[in-house]
Amino acid sequence: MKEPDKISDNEITPSAVYFNRRNFIRTGILAASAVATGVVYRKLNPVAKGEVKTAKLEGVISASAATNAATGFRVDEPETSFEDITHYNNFYEFSTDKEGVASAAQGFDTKGWQVSVEGLVNKPKVFNLDDLLKISPPEERIYRMRCVEGWSMVIPWAGFSLSKLLDVVEPTSAAKYVAFETLLNPKRMPGQRSDVLNWPYVEGLRMDEAMHPLAILASGIYGRSLPPQDGAPIRLVTPWKYGFKGIKSIVKIKLVADQPRTSWSEYAPNEYGFYANVNPQVDHPRWSQATEQRIGASGRRPTLMFNGYEEQVGHLYTGMDLRKNF
Amino acid sequence: MKENDIRFIKLLILVNGLVPLALLVWDQGHKQLGANPQNFLILTTGMMTLIFLVLTMAVMPLRKITGWNWLIQFRRMLGLYAFFYGCLHFLCFFSLDRGFSVSSTLTEMLKRKYLIVGSTALIVMIPLAITSTNAMIKRMGGKRWRALHRLAYVAAIAGVIHYYMQVKADVRQPLVFAAVLAVLLGYRLVVYLRQTKPIKAATPAAK
Repeated sequence: MKEPDKISDNEITPSAVYFNRRNFIRTGILAASAVATGVVYRKLNPVAKGEVKTAKLEGVISASAATNAATGFRVDEPETSFEDITHYNNFYEFSTDKEGVASAAQGFDTKGWQVSVEGLVNKPKVFNLDDLLKISPPEERIYRMRCVEGWSMVIPWAGFSLSKLLDVVEPTSAAKYVAFETLLNPKRMPGQRSDVLNWPYVEGLRMDEAMHPLAILASGIYGRSLPPQDGAPIRLVTPWKYGFKGIKSIVKIKLVADQPRTSWSEYAPNEYGFYANVNPQVDHPRWSQATEQRIGASGRRPTLMFNGYEEQVGHLYTGMDLRKNF
Repeated sequence: MKENDIRFIKLLILVNGLVPLALLVWDQGHKQLGANPQNFLILTTGMMTLIFLVLTMAVMPLRKITGWNWLIQFRRMLGLYAFFYGCLHFLCFFSLDRGFSVSSTLTEMLKRKYLIVGSTALIVMIPLAITSTNAMIKRMGGKRWRALHRLAYVAAIAGVIHYYMQVKADVRQPLVFAAVLAVLLGYRLVVYLRQTKPIKAATPAAK
């Protein structure tokens, strides 16, 4: 008798081979999917860091040790790395992602930059950047920088006191405040295409604050020109105030009689005030300001009154209720 | 779908869910988490929690629309991943931000509304994780188990609000989460209303 339709043994795929093939394919799918997930994660969280190349600043001068100690011009704490200062920025004109500002601002062209100084002054003038920078040689100022978000850095700026510029234009006696304005140009500052803030960014100081030697117009960090992400070509630095007061890429400085509007207090008046002095006792409505995360160090450290510049600037605010005037 | 295939897909989810954690650990080891690694770890683990919460909430609508009933078998794992990343998120906050100080963690959590909301999300996930086993479903009975697991809505909604509350100004990302969640919850609402309508209409007639 003949067995019907007998498939010869060597025609049947042995089960071991069958399962092996299946396992092989599955291992492949598993590996491919893990790689795909990894690639998506990497796309969303890139680690690539672009080189930051800016010109070396000539003739940066450093004050004497005695002057530095008394004036607060040089804080004696480890400086934050150039890498971190240039890759962790709040500059919404380019991106709201602090780690994304550097690449978004790359190639920002500041050729032909002008700064108009106007308003209640005897000698209004539109400065070419070079002329503005010639007002006084750049000085090295090593300041603490405390962001309102609760992190801080120590930054070696190069710049000169704002008062020196004001002396040149001669404010009238009617001038009580200084108003600052950032460039408005959505083509060059892509972040301005979204309406996160009311563009252009504006900031302001009271006259006595603006005349304080600690308030500087900075054009460099680490002895080199400011990279775009840090506010090229010229920005304000007021180390006793939260970082957002340090308006970047300034095109206009106007002396005015009344307190000017400022971008963040306009955005959320209950959260950000005009003064924005660093104050560990007055919390942001949503988070504590008592401590801060120093970039490059682990753990949190206590935040200092006026960011450690109380001795220098405390007298500007005597008699003021700092809870109300936050 | 075959049991064997289900197990394989579960393995796929298990492995892929660990990929972000593996990359976080890798980047931490290579000091490439950016200028503020503490913040990055807290933010990313929180983001993963929200992603898995949304994926968990997406299972039911997806199953109804496609008719693929086997999808339900992966919901537990997605939910447990949400809880897992939520715990990591809290641990990162507790260790890196609060320096392992229980008192400062507690005072901060009671003082800050966004932390109260976030803690709520995490705390309601605890009973869900505990009762996620087959044995617990049997013990509780399907009806009571399903009622308890509606807390997942609370966790997801509170999680997104928690994210929204602590963003400084650019709320686009939390709003994307909110929108996706709204669609998923909206779908459930429509299903619920469709199911209850005929019953309600029938009640007076029966009287």
